[in-house]
Amino acid sequence: MIITKQKEISGIYEMIKPYSKILITGCDGCCQPPRSISEATVLGQLLELKAKTEGKELKWKAITILRQCDDRIAATSIRPFVDDFEAVVSLACGLGVVMLNKVADKILTFPAQDSHFGGVQNLGENSFIQYCETCGNCLLAVTGGVCPIAGCAKHLNNGPCGGTVDGLCEVGGYTRPCAWIDIYKRLKKFNRLDLFSVYRLARDYRTATSPAYMTINKDYTNIKEEKEEKA
Amino acid sequence: MAKRPAYSKLCKAIEAGHFVFTGELEPKKILEEGMEEVIHSAKEMKKTNRLIAANVTDGPQGDAYMCSMVPSYLVQQKAEIEAVWQVAVRDRNRVALFGDVLGGAVLGLKNILVLTGDHTALGDNKRARPAYDIDSTQFCELLKKMIDEGTDYAGKEITDGKIEMNYGCVANPNAVGDYMEPEILKVGRKVEQGIDFIQTQTAFDIDVAKNFLNELSRYKVPVLLGLFPMKSYGIAWYFDNYIPGVSVPKDLLKALKTAEKENKGNKPAKYAALDKVNVEFFKPFIKEIKENSKASGIHCMAVEYERLFQPLLGEYPEYAKEFY
Repeated sequence: MIITKQKEISGIYEMIKPYSKILITGCDGCCQPPRSISEATVLGQLLELKAKTEGKELKWKAITILRQCDDRIAATSIRPFVDDFEAVVSLACGLGVVMLNKVADKILTFPAQDSHFGGVQNLGENSFIQYCETCGNCLLAVTGGVCPIAGCAKHLNNGPCGGTVDGLCEVGGYTRPCAWIDIYKRLKKFNRLDLFSVYRLARDYRTATSPAYMTINKDYTNIKEEKEEKA
Repeated sequence: MAKRPAYSKLCKAIEAGHFVFTGELEPKKILEEGMEEVIHSAKEMKKTNRLIAANVTDGPQGDAYMCSMVPSYLVQQKAEIEAVWQVAVRDRNRVALFGDVLGGAVLGLKNILVLTGDHTALGDNKRARPAYDIDSTQFCELLKKMIDEGTDYAGKEITDGKIEMNYGCVANPNAVGDYMEPEILKVGRKVEQGIDFIQTQTAFDIDVAKNFLNELSRYKVPVLLGLFPMKSYGIAWYFDNYIPGVSVPKDLLKALKTAEKENKGNKPAKYAALDKVNVEFFKPFIKEIKENSKASGIHCMAVEYERLFQPLLGEYPEYAKEFY
């Protein structure tokens, strides 16, 4: 799931201030907390109210898209509306915002959210946690299934550092677990401290450099061909 | 691999069998004037004839301070006492670390203390992005490659000369109970990467310290036990509350507080009372460590507290003289 946080209404309003007809798009994909049709509708109402306080009239429509990051789904969902609106506000993660800008490139799509991380709901708690940083060099096989890249504030490959106290991390004021103590406990439980003792070489950051590209089969996406045709 | 020669005076003194002492200098947000004070501290350390080297810290607590390389050089030049150049991997990637070590080698620095470094989230520039490109163990590997093989991390050769340096890592004696084993195993990885010495975080409990030193003895690497005499109650309180994993014994805190309270308004008497508290606590501590543990020395983190060295260490031989 992509963990997101909605921006302040005033911030979103600033983005769409020059426009009077906007389309608000929820996303039914992996965005957490959910940002679907009801959230899109509420955002529309709030923006309309905000516009009214400034003496402006704002026309809006709320829709939701199955997955904004899927080029074909995004394109077929948004294109019927493009000609009737001046701008789009997306309630997806950053991927959805970029995708709508690409598949509906007649108008601008603005982000209503800040995208924080790929994560899951923290077991038994009302919070989300990042378990994987998609670093492109998976260490989980040697760390008992606990990721030190996402879980350690210093991304250490050979932890723990001196900032751990009673299994808690110095970052966050000793409230969050030290990933390396968790790794130690897991490996000890399975009698695999041999893995803990192994020295791990420095990471190859080419796998995690931005912007990231990965070549995929040509028939997986039609964006490239479309562009070529247009050209 | 054959054992690396002792290039630094610190390692030579340990090798010669001396029970060594080192001090600590903390360059903060300073320019020339502050630098003079740091050098003055270093000169006072040298005067004791018992401190073989002075650590120069690298942005402790994640704060933005003067770099550690230049003060290390100036201390060696002007105070003529060897520096233990602390280098944290928090602020520099492998490219910058390599470049800095080459620069430090040309400046004649002989000891590096490898640190991960407190996270920038704890420091005074909380919005900073920390580097942590390589971790402290990997920095040890980089130093091994530079010193023993004459290359950078990627194996590209250093074109002229040989780097003659020794490097050490830190360990935390306050990792007790279930948390000691991961700490000891972690040090083991650094031993594998060729460290010449280990310097510990500060210890206040003699039994905990001795137990930790005993565990470390399996690696057969010299260990300097960290001690932290506190020149005021305020520093002790800060240390107790803000330094990871360190808790100052309640009795010691109370004694420092009383020493300050009873001598309010009378500076010399206050200093004497504070020094007395520190000497009474640390003198027997050092004696016990020297006589009944495998430690090779004491790292005395008495920053800007040079006047304590004489009463604290006065009874030990002036071994450092022959190395200066």
